[in-house]
Amino acid sequence: MNRLTTTLNQLQRNGTKALGIFVTAGYPEREATDEILRCLDSAGVDFIELGMPFSDPLAEGSTIQETSEVALRNGVDLEFCLDAVSRFRQKSDTPLLLMGYINPIYKFGVSNFCSRAASSGVDGLIIADLPYHESEFLRDHAETHGLSVVHLVTPNTSRNRIEEIDRASTGFVYAVSLIGLTGADIERGREVDEYLTRLNETVVNNRVLAGFGIRSRNDANALAVHTDGVIVGSAFLKEVAASWVSFDSIEEKAKAVDAFVKSVRPTIGTTRVVER
Amino acid sequence: MSIETSKKIVSEPTGGKFGEFGGQFVPETLMPALHELETVFSEATVNPEFQNNFRGLLHDYVGRATPLTFAHRLTAHLGGPRIYLKREDLCHTGAHKINNTVGQILLARQMGKTRIIAETGAGQHGVATATVCAFFGMPCVVYMGKEDVARQNLNVLRMRLLGAEVIPVTSGSMTLKDATNEAIRDWVTNIEDTHYIIGSVVGPHPYPLMVRTFQSVIGDEVREQLQEVTGSDRPAALVACVGGGSNAIGMFHPFVSLEDVDMFGVEAAGEGLDGRHAATLTEGEPGILHGSLSYLLQDNDGQISEVHSISAGLDYPGVGPEHSYLKVSDRVEYLAVTDTEALEGVRLLSRMEGIIPALETSHAIAALPKICSRYSEDDTVVVCCSGRGDKDMATIGQHMDLG
Repeated sequence: MNRLTTTLNQLQRNGTKALGIFVTAGYPEREATDEILRCLDSAGVDFIELGMPFSDPLAEGSTIQETSEVALRNGVDLEFCLDAVSRFRQKSDTPLLLMGYINPIYKFGVSNFCSRAASSGVDGLIIADLPYHESEFLRDHAETHGLSVVHLVTPNTSRNRIEEIDRASTGFVYAVSLIGLTGADIERGREVDEYLTRLNETVVNNRVLAGFGIRSRNDANALAVHTDGVIVGSAFLKEVAASWVSFDSIEEKAKAVDAFVKSVRPTIGTTRVVER
Repeated sequence: MSIETSKKIVSEPTGGKFGEFGGQFVPETLMPALHELETVFSEATVNPEFQNNFRGLLHDYVGRATPLTFAHRLTAHLGGPRIYLKREDLCHTGAHKINNTVGQILLARQMGKTRIIAETGAGQHGVATATVCAFFGMPCVVYMGKEDVARQNLNVLRMRLLGAEVIPVTSGSMTLKDATNEAIRDWVTNIEDTHYIIGSVVGPHPYPLMVRTFQSVIGDEVREQLQEVTGSDRPAALVACVGGGSNAIGMFHPFVSLEDVDMFGVEAAGEGLDGRHAATLTEGEPGILHGSLSYLLQDNDGQISEVHSISAGLDYPGVGPEHSYLKVSDRVEYLAVTDTEALEGVRLLSRMEGIIPALETSHAIAALPKICSRYSEDDTVVVCCSGRGDKDMATIGQHMDLG
């Protein structure tokens, strides 16, 4: 059981929803990443997703497309991401996942990557273009090194497939809240409620965390009510990370991160008593 | 190339893969649509009514069968094997692309989709998609890199006249790769009512298989026509250009199991293989882009390279997964010709045969002197004349003194 699973289970026992924040590595500049990770940790996020930029991020809306382009221009590669995690891990036990696309990992060498990620202190991987039925080659190596592999479920995923995704996933199942890209306008209403409720019933081996399009506490609560927690990405990049260089001091930066984290943290408690 | 390999070439993908290549490396949102497409496509391949509709439209609307033209002066000029041209340039809209769009729009209608999207490089696939959408009265959105919008402006005007919305894509290298990213993003967002007509044998399963099936009419006709003209349905060699590789696969597929037929795929060497180029199979290595594992041009960090070809249709860092399989199986030999050589190919076919080929096709023409030198006067070589060159006249005019 790695840090991620332990943390999610602990939150569940405490009756608290999880909050994870996504940030693109090396955005808006290389030097920002260590600071952002530290500030997120101090602000009390339950886990962090560090985005590994890719030249062709085809599941991303304009915000993460742009941050990825900036990061690549800043020379960010997998080594940079792994080093950033290593430094973070010397000071914190907060779970951290790497999120990205499969080709850079494939090029790096899957086995080598999983080994390096684990020794750097990474807890899990989320790969946007690697559906569960293509992920076995990654899962095998990830398992050897104790890394979770999180797969995504979308509102149009069939019940059978959800069951298979649940079986193939470790850490949690990522419930994409909408049909669309990251940073899209969130949808609310009966259909989303039904989808998340169905997901919650079907997923029996993992926690369920919801993401895509969350910009406010209301958004977070609307999704968290049916799940074990939420993940926020584009909104953080746009509202906080984008202006990183304009803050005067590290204290200002910490304050901005703190305020953002408070503004999206779900305030409802958990009613689920599923032991997983 | 003589086929000495004892390895059996398997043409039917297993689990969506040709050998190790292919697959479905896509965001989860697309999976239900790919499953639906797989089902509808495999039903269609055995459904006589679908086949009748498809064949009927290819005959009545596209104008098939396209001729097999004996290139008599080119043959004499090169002094080697008898060269035949498979005249896909004579298809309605001016290229082979429409064979596939006719097939896919029939499937889209069967699935009850009400909106069509497509990516395009040279604009031929965009035009072919806009054309079938007009024919069936369906709304059509075409994503096209901003650079291609500029260099293939004639096709942009054609698409707009046909009623399609052309969206210039400004991300990345602003060419076919980026147009494909944008089309996939549209599809992820509008998956419920939209069908994405991919223009080549690329993308996630079942696209490479499906596009091959619709394009195989090229090779099927070549076999029949060769039998009639030469008394044998087996040429010594087949030659086609390869970007994503749909005209090549369409011509090669019916011959793949015939081991005495050599096959040549011609890629774009751009400014030269030591400069900017798009010779994916010649210079690339396996990687994952746009839904499948195939050869790729990428940098040391696994980021996709910005590639270059004078031909917008070949200006792509990937290639169809079946081509990767045919390469590693040694079934097809892939070579590459430069922008300059391709321009010589345009001039050669124009002056020798009175046929102005597309810049894509010109790559296959330009490779002929080298390929034909391996064969004797008794041999037959068939070249896929995949498209006509009208769309490229502005580019050609910039590089050639046409007064």
